[in-house]
Amino acid sequence: MASLKHLPAVKGAKVLMVGAGGIGCELLKTLALSGFQDIHIIDMDTIEVSNLNRQFLFRQSHVGQSKAKVAREAVLKFRPHISITPYHANVKDSDFNVDFFKQFNVVLNGLDNLDARRHVNRLCLAADVPLIESGTTGFLGQQVTVHVKGRTECYECQPKPAPKTYPVCTITSTPSKFVHCIVWAKELLFAKLFGDKNQANDLNVRSSDGASSSKQAEDVFEHRKDEDIEQYGRRIYDHVFGYNIEVALSNEETWKNRNRPKPIYSSEFMPNDLSQQNGSMEKNGAANDISSVSAMASLGMKNPQDVWSLKENSRVFLEALKLFFLKREKEIGNLTFDKDDQLAVEFVTAAANIRAASFGIPLHSLFEAKGIAGNIVHAVATTNAIIAGLIVIEAIKVLQNDTKNYRMTYCLEHPTRKMLLMPVEPFEPNRSCYVCSETPLSLEINTHRAKLRDFVEKIVKATLGMSLPLIMHGSALLYEVGDDLDEEMVANYAANLDKVLSELPTPVTSGTMLTIEDLQQELSCQINIKHREEFDEEKEPDGMVLSGWTQAPSVVKDDKESIANAGSTSNEPPVEAEKNDEIEIPPEKKRKLSEVSEAVDPDLSSVDGDTRNPDKLQVLDDDDELMIFDNWDSVTNKKIRMQ
Amino acid sequence: MDIIQILSSSRVFLAPPSLPIVLRLGMDGEELTEQETALYDRQIRVWGAGAQRRLSKAHILVCGITGTIAEFCKNIVLAGVGSLTLVDDRAVTKEALSANFLIPSDENACAGKTLTELCRDSLKDFNPMVRVSVEKGDLSSFGAEFYSKFDVVVVSCCSFTTKKLINEKCRKLSKRVAFYTVDCRDSCGEIFVDLQHHKYSKQKQEETIECELHYPSFEESISVPWKALPRKFSKLYFAMRVIERFEEAEQRKPGELSIADLPAVVKLKKELCEAQSLNESHIPNVLLERLVTDTREFPPVCPIIGGILGQEVIKAISGKGDPLKNFFFFDAMDGKGIIEDVSGKT
Repeated sequence: MASLKHLPAVKGAKVLMVGAGGIGCELLKTLALSGFQDIHIIDMDTIEVSNLNRQFLFRQSHVGQSKAKVAREAVLKFRPHISITPYHANVKDSDFNVDFFKQFNVVLNGLDNLDARRHVNRLCLAADVPLIESGTTGFLGQQVTVHVKGRTECYECQPKPAPKTYPVCTITSTPSKFVHCIVWAKELLFAKLFGDKNQANDLNVRSSDGASSSKQAEDVFEHRKDEDIEQYGRRIYDHVFGYNIEVALSNEETWKNRNRPKPIYSSEFMPNDLSQQNGSMEKNGAANDISSVSAMASLGMKNPQDVWSLKENSRVFLEALKLFFLKREKEIGNLTFDKDDQLAVEFVTAAANIRAASFGIPLHSLFEAKGIAGNIVHAVATTNAIIAGLIVIEAIKVLQNDTKNYRMTYCLEHPTRKMLLMPVEPFEPNRSCYVCSETPLSLEINTHRAKLRDFVEKIVKATLGMSLPLIMHGSALLYEVGDDLDEEMVANYAANLDKVLSELPTPVTSGTMLTIEDLQQELSCQINIKHREEFDEEKEPDGMVLSGWTQAPSVVKDDKESIANAGSTSNEPPVEAEKNDEIEIPPEKKRKLSEVSEAVDPDLSSVDGDTRNPDKLQVLDDDDELMIFDNWDSVTNKKIRMQ
Repeated sequence: MDIIQILSSSRVFLAPPSLPIVLRLGMDGEELTEQETALYDRQIRVWGAGAQRRLSKAHILVCGITGTIAEFCKNIVLAGVGSLTLVDDRAVTKEALSANFLIPSDENACAGKTLTELCRDSLKDFNPMVRVSVEKGDLSSFGAEFYSKFDVVVVSCCSFTTKKLINEKCRKLSKRVAFYTVDCRDSCGEIFVDLQHHKYSKQKQEETIECELHYPSFEESISVPWKALPRKFSKLYFAMRVIERFEEAEQRKPGELSIADLPAVVKLKKELCEAQSLNESHIPNVLLERLVTDTREFPPVCPIIGGILGQEVIKAISGKGDPLKNFFFFDAMDGKGIIEDVSGKT
């Protein structure tokens, strides 16, 4: 490990870094200092102000520029003679195919989302290039892991937690936590008012309940011709915070064991003639620049950490709605919530707070609401630096082919067994992993009722994470995606999507073995179909059950449908870690932790590799004591949170 | 009533955003500016606005610029401390360059500037809100007056005697100054912490608990008989003490060792082990060999030690979360980052 010994391996290595963000900046710097001379770096993002506190290669003047390119320039200042090749692109682009990956000796991930991580994992397996993964995917905090095909587990051998979802009725009718109000404001109200009108929206359903007929309810959200924008805003306000609550209250059953919400009408807080009262547009006057349109600015409110009163929230709500219609009318109908969109954050904060007030839930500041709505992951420079150092140490071992010493290292929040950095031996590949092994999966599905479309959406895309799938039944092609298909084929596949499985040109019935491939990821897996007539609507809401590979621990849903608090700019599972949401670790998670330090000590290097017991988790605490744990929980004595 | 909601430590990764982080500002009514809130958004979500404000008023002194210290400086400048003062009169050498990303390779840019001046210029660039300055002179000659200007003092690559001296100067001041030493050799690193009497708060379940820790000085710590230490104690602790004694006895500057010194170092180890009734096997010769042969820092270890040190200093300033007490060791060979408490108590 002495710096000179590994120099040849490092000097001749060609490495690929995916991600030039928090970990990426630290990693690129550390690679350059450690003597790496040929580094390629992919990142599709541009630099934002909130990056500057930790992505230290970037300056205020770089805001808006490519992260990969600016990072390269910054590192060349202190290591001018090395080669850094930046790509301002999405790693999922077809340019970055298996052949592209094959040119590298090792791939290092500094990514922030599950989707890209899965993609890179598959390409590394296909290209047979070792991958070093990092991030908050561990159950004990940050971690660094080595994935080498056939030798250690791949990134997907252990299922990843599914995004946190909430039952629809909790969101639409019985919120009990602030996050429920945020999800309502963001996924329902914001989407209804400013998003795609054709999208199904549960707000619809609710507002058509009760006294009003569905026709009238539909109309509520339409901005009527010639209607004054102030009046429109107040009408929406009174409808969602007043009328809808009244309707909900009329259902006595719901409130038997719950606190009854309070309807809120805009007239309680502001006189009917509010155009004088509310913000002055002049303050936004110069702002033809959309990003600077702000209700807070026009109302003279400055501190995003203040918790606004109900009246202030009401004013922000109306002002933000007005500004959308007056300043950003063109975008209406196409907007999706974005945590970097100030006006959207203001609207969602205000709407969530008014709803929270109605339901007796404590109000929150814009700063906090933004964190919840945007699923903002907390980040500081120090942790990224530590993680980057650990990645480079593992990368050097991989390049030296020092397989015995590969480690997975946890960077812990609280010391465990006196350790802040806890190395464990990497786990073996999971033999039932559909990504890195060839074991077929098994799918229970109603072949007479489920359409090919359901199968493609719920299984192939959502569960298996394929982006360009091809489905074969024997030699017959049932479905494929690609640019080079002729019209006739496209029409054929489109027709197939709407057919139930048993009525496809080549019928899929019980006992059928389907082959699913993703040509870009070079991933292929087989699914054995088993017909099943009935499914439990609550426990198996998809109407299909995939097995043979451990499914991620998903959140119990008590409703047929559910709404996710989806991040707008990443596909990372939303961070939702309330006290009650601990994940039950599936029994498969009991794995081994074996210790290490003595492997370098010739006398003890014979610590038996065969002592592996997959049912136990072992920590070789020190020279001579083998500690065995049955469960991760007992290692830290700490509840595991979803993230 | 000002409420400062405390997150359990600055090392929170999984802290839920749904946890009500109540961000109220201090009694003096000072608020973070809009610019600060935007820049520090992600970290305020980790440690809160109150801690951010305390950071912005803290003054840090670092003595001895190494790769690890460069990492540490980057971390606390990004975090937004009030000021950072650098002391190191050495010239820019090839060795100084090896693990230090703060020194541009452009010779024209370096012309006529000292090591500290070059680092200062780079650090200023990282965060214009932090004052970074250079102080010239010999560390051990600075009086108490000088040290009283700081809240945190971090020393690196200086002798055993200097460490003790500065630590004592800090402890004699009427104000409390947090004192740290940090050393990296080969792929090993050591951090020593003296927070004297440190009061802090931490979050346990729903409650905020007030805690207090008492720290021994550097001299008190290393005077603890080896025999009194737990049976399974970090080997690195003993090895570092042997090297320290050797450099002291031979009047060498830190790091001025080579493989030729190994026999003498091993001999000293034997003597010390005998005097302390410690089994020699607790200090493997292979470990000593590594520490004397490659005294340069191993670049990937710098961000690890510099990162841990950064977190600790942030914890000490903010008074939030359990600080480490009072030694930290990392060895890339086994990958373990271990905390050891050497307080002389059983």
